[in-house]
Amino acid sequence: MAFWDYANPTRFLKLVQVVLPWLTGLCVVAFAAGLYMSFFVAPEDYQQGQTVRIMYIHVPAAWLSMMCYSIMAVSSLGTLVWKHPLADVSAKTAAPIGAAFTFMALVTGSLWGKPMWGTYWVWDARLTSVLVLLIMYLGLMTLWRTMDDPIKAGKAAAVLTLAGALNLPVIKFSVDWWNTLHQPASVMRLDGPTIHPDILWPLLVMAVAFTLLFFVLHLMAMRNEILRRRVRTLRLRAASAAHPRSAVATAQPAE
Amino acid sequence: MSTWAIVLFQRDLRLSVRVGGSALVGVLFFLAVVTVIPFGVGPDLNLLSRIGPAILWIGALLATLLGLDRLFQADRDDGTIDLMLMAGRPLELVVLIKCLAHWVATGLPLVVAAPLLGVFLNLEPAAMAAVTLTLLVGTPALTLIGAIGAALTVTLRRGGLLLAVLVVPLAIPVLIFGVSSADAAIHDPVPFLTPFLILCALSLIAAVIGPIASAAALRFAAD
Repeated sequence: MAFWDYANPTRFLKLVQVVLPWLTGLCVVAFAAGLYMSFFVAPEDYQQGQTVRIMYIHVPAAWLSMMCYSIMAVSSLGTLVWKHPLADVSAKTAAPIGAAFTFMALVTGSLWGKPMWGTYWVWDARLTSVLVLLIMYLGLMTLWRTMDDPIKAGKAAAVLTLAGALNLPVIKFSVDWWNTLHQPASVMRLDGPTIHPDILWPLLVMAVAFTLLFFVLHLMAMRNEILRRRVRTLRLRAASAAHPRSAVATAQPAE
Repeated sequence: MSTWAIVLFQRDLRLSVRVGGSALVGVLFFLAVVTVIPFGVGPDLNLLSRIGPAILWIGALLATLLGLDRLFQADRDDGTIDLMLMAGRPLELVVLIKCLAHWVATGLPLVVAAPLLGVFLNLEPAAMAAVTLTLLVGTPALTLIGAIGAALTVTLRRGGLLLAVLVVPLAIPVLIFGVSSADAAIHDPVPFLTPFLILCALSLIAAVIGPIASAAALRFAAD
């Protein structure tokens, strides 16, 4: 079972070392193709003009902001149910990346909203729920920072992540519930996409590029987190070897 | 419900209303928030009656958030939580009863005070009744959702601020449907029952998720 083989951090690090260069290369190629297509191949919109190109950043970032939370939710299940040793590493390192994508979606969205809607921000259902998602990411990151034992912090954050995962469907379907200013979903629909293929293809390539970027960053961050935990363990061990009497106090920091 | 549940409920209630508990501070805080709002937005009675339900709901949300750190903190400090963990009773049920007692001590006074504060905000009698009814149904959800945050931050020395940050996003749907069902009763753009029933549903969902998640968090905090 590959899933359990990579529970061993050393084996996982070896895998990362092999996979990462290829993934990075693919990501660069996808971005080159996607950016070329979205800037030179895709036509201008007859109403929106050049501003339609913001969409090629905005929509993939928004998708990724939700995918990232889904990955964190699955990782949290991995922490709580299967006690997979890398699950909380995965959840912890996905949070800042997800926050960055969410922030990017909000910023590009409001840059697009200024010429189109005439305002940077409206309290529309979907915008608001993305802002809520950003707050949740930041809250989770803060929760991780307030506890110094990574195992305990991982479990607490996993509980909160799963409780917050209920918010994800609200984001996805809030458009249909309130249906105010933001246009309803036009790519992921049961009766097929409603946007023209000339615009759809660059968008899909950019989505693939963003997804690859996420995996590259996530693997790098997971590697760093594993190494950081090793350094922490080595330091705790060195400290307890140097001062045997205070070892208990060091190994279990004040709760 | 067996005896231990009633005993636990009475114990928690007694602890929170007697000296050392802080049950009624929440109502005072509620009063303070509602008093401060007109200084911010101006004394226009028409405006105040229009945003009155929203003010009452936000006041109730803030008052609930501020009281939440008392939910498990004192019991953890004196070791009661550890005894409850070892007692062999389902921890989820223990949490639910503690939440219920906490709500009766802190949430119910807010509901009772809401009509009185509605007078300050120039609310019509019908609006007053609607807000009170929505608060009665909605504030248990705030307490139950807040229990998750309280359980997560119980090990932290000063978790109150973080607790509020963690709980507010989860409480937003309750606020939305609470205010919109109160508004629906006044202006009726939609029938009152639609948002109100969703609010009831949110409370019921919170009654399931809140105790389960907080019990899990308390277990992890203990070992």
